[in-house]
Amino acid sequence: MALGEHVTTFSARQVRADTPMLRRVVNGRAITYLDSASSSLPPRAVIEAISRYYELHHANVHRGVYTTANEATAIFEGAREAIAAFINAPGGADEIVFTHGTTESFNLIARSWGAANLGAGDVVLVSEMEHHANIVPWFQLRETTGIEVRFIPVTDDFRLDLSNIDELMRGVKLLSVTGMSNVLGTINPIAELAGIAHRHGALIAVDAAQSVAHLATDVRASNVDFLAFSGHKMLGPTGIGVLWARREILADMPPFLGGGGMILDVRTDGYVPAAGPTRFEAGTPAIAESAGLAAAVRYLSALGMDHVAAHEHDLTIDALTRLESEFSGRVRIIGPADAHARGGVLSLDVEGVHPHDVAQILDQYGVCVRPGHHCAKPLMRRFGLAATARASFGPYSLTSDTDVLIEALGEAVSLFG
Amino acid sequence: MSNLDDLYREIILDHYRTPRNRGELASPPAVRVEGFNPLCGDELVVYLNVDNGVVTDIKLSGHGCSISQASSSMMSVAVKGKAVVEVHAIIDRFKEMMTLKERSLDDQGEPIILDLRTLGEIAALAGVVKFPVRIKCATLAWNTLAQALADVAPS
Repeated sequence: MALGEHVTTFSARQVRADTPMLRRVVNGRAITYLDSASSSLPPRAVIEAISRYYELHHANVHRGVYTTANEATAIFEGAREAIAAFINAPGGADEIVFTHGTTESFNLIARSWGAANLGAGDVVLVSEMEHHANIVPWFQLRETTGIEVRFIPVTDDFRLDLSNIDELMRGVKLLSVTGMSNVLGTINPIAELAGIAHRHGALIAVDAAQSVAHLATDVRASNVDFLAFSGHKMLGPTGIGVLWARREILADMPPFLGGGGMILDVRTDGYVPAAGPTRFEAGTPAIAESAGLAAAVRYLSALGMDHVAAHEHDLTIDALTRLESEFSGRVRIIGPADAHARGGVLSLDVEGVHPHDVAQILDQYGVCVRPGHHCAKPLMRRFGLAATARASFGPYSLTSDTDVLIEALGEAVSLFG
Repeated sequence: MSNLDDLYREIILDHYRTPRNRGELASPPAVRVEGFNPLCGDELVVYLNVDNGVVTDIKLSGHGCSISQASSSMMSVAVKGKAVVEVHAIIDRFKEMMTLKERSLDDQGEPIILDLRTLGEIAALAGVVKFPVRIKCATLAWNTLAQALADVAPS
């Protein structure tokens, strides 16, 4: 029986059984997938939702009159509803803009809201632990507007250094930070940061690419203004993501890309943009992917995000403890050593073994981890590292995954002596 | 783990643990060229002195994985003291080795169409072709060296 709306108790083993990719054998071993921070594995429900869409309902959305075109539109707009409910959007589906992913969502904020509202001397405050997706668009905006891009430092114990935050907030129009670091696993105090931003008359944008798949997300409770995330990191398909923003903020934002679908009217002397989220969705959207993402959101809701968070918290405590006792210092964790306010992302620095070699050796055991700078080069520089080998959990992860990780890391350590 | 043994030959691990020709040369007169492998963050700096058509000295700095480090270390040993024309020939032979497909390796993992004797210990890197994403690690040093040779002012 596949997990559906009627299942109320969380079982990681059931999630595993629901996930076809986890039946793969790699290099003679059952796959041990520890790269969910990079991309998560979709359950069968997501894959079937996409197949069903193409087999039964495929048509372009919005303008068709025939029956299947109406069905496709209903699926697409229904996905907006499902996602709005999942993050508790106060303004409902009208606040959900579909993008290609978190990266495009941040580019949209920068080029639409940023270009319209920021000028020379205005400050966008990000942090040293941001993904490049929440850094580069601001540097690009700086080139055209002369804004300042400022960084909240990260402490030696891998947390945001908020000791000087009131000083850092001077001149800030937008605070743009990650909810959970994709390298460190650090979970940032978003509600507290929203309070700080608003007290200083600034807005707050949150990179939820990591957090949305591992923690309950409630934009009403955290009182943020923008939230960006990707489908494929939350058991959904690639090629679709979301920008959520408050209805009144979205209403004043100029269009982003121009073309079909985003207009109310076009004449030979100009155009009138559409109202609502479609204003930002030029061209045929990712319709099949929206069906998949809606299925992912339903699946995660059925699991219960609090259960997912608790399960991954237990896995993280177990892994932190065992990595420390098995390798007594030869394997350093680049991230908080305690599981408090930390997610299941374990960036490993293996003494004497380059992360690329670690990942190569682990692959021979069927273990999937990611070597590299994880698109967070300012953070890597902050800690004097070129790269780490990152293992990360998902709702289907088990302590047996950590067993294989430790076995394979033992081989890496012994091979390089 | 026989696959891993093909990749991590003892001679490769030796060059990784004890890299040869580490350091810097005054530039100028040395040519200094930086190479990057954005995939894994490898960074390599090659310092090259060429006098009368001969590579008189070479030094390397930077950091990277075992394959990129060992390859650059072996490269420096292979080209130091050689005539530039000879160095170009070694680069060509190395690149040829790196473009071999797995099916052209024999039971010992050695390429079967290339005379590896001319490559000396560099031939130990032949196993890298079984791991396609690592080929860029192995070729970084050689591409950077080729750039450095191109930058040497024609005398």
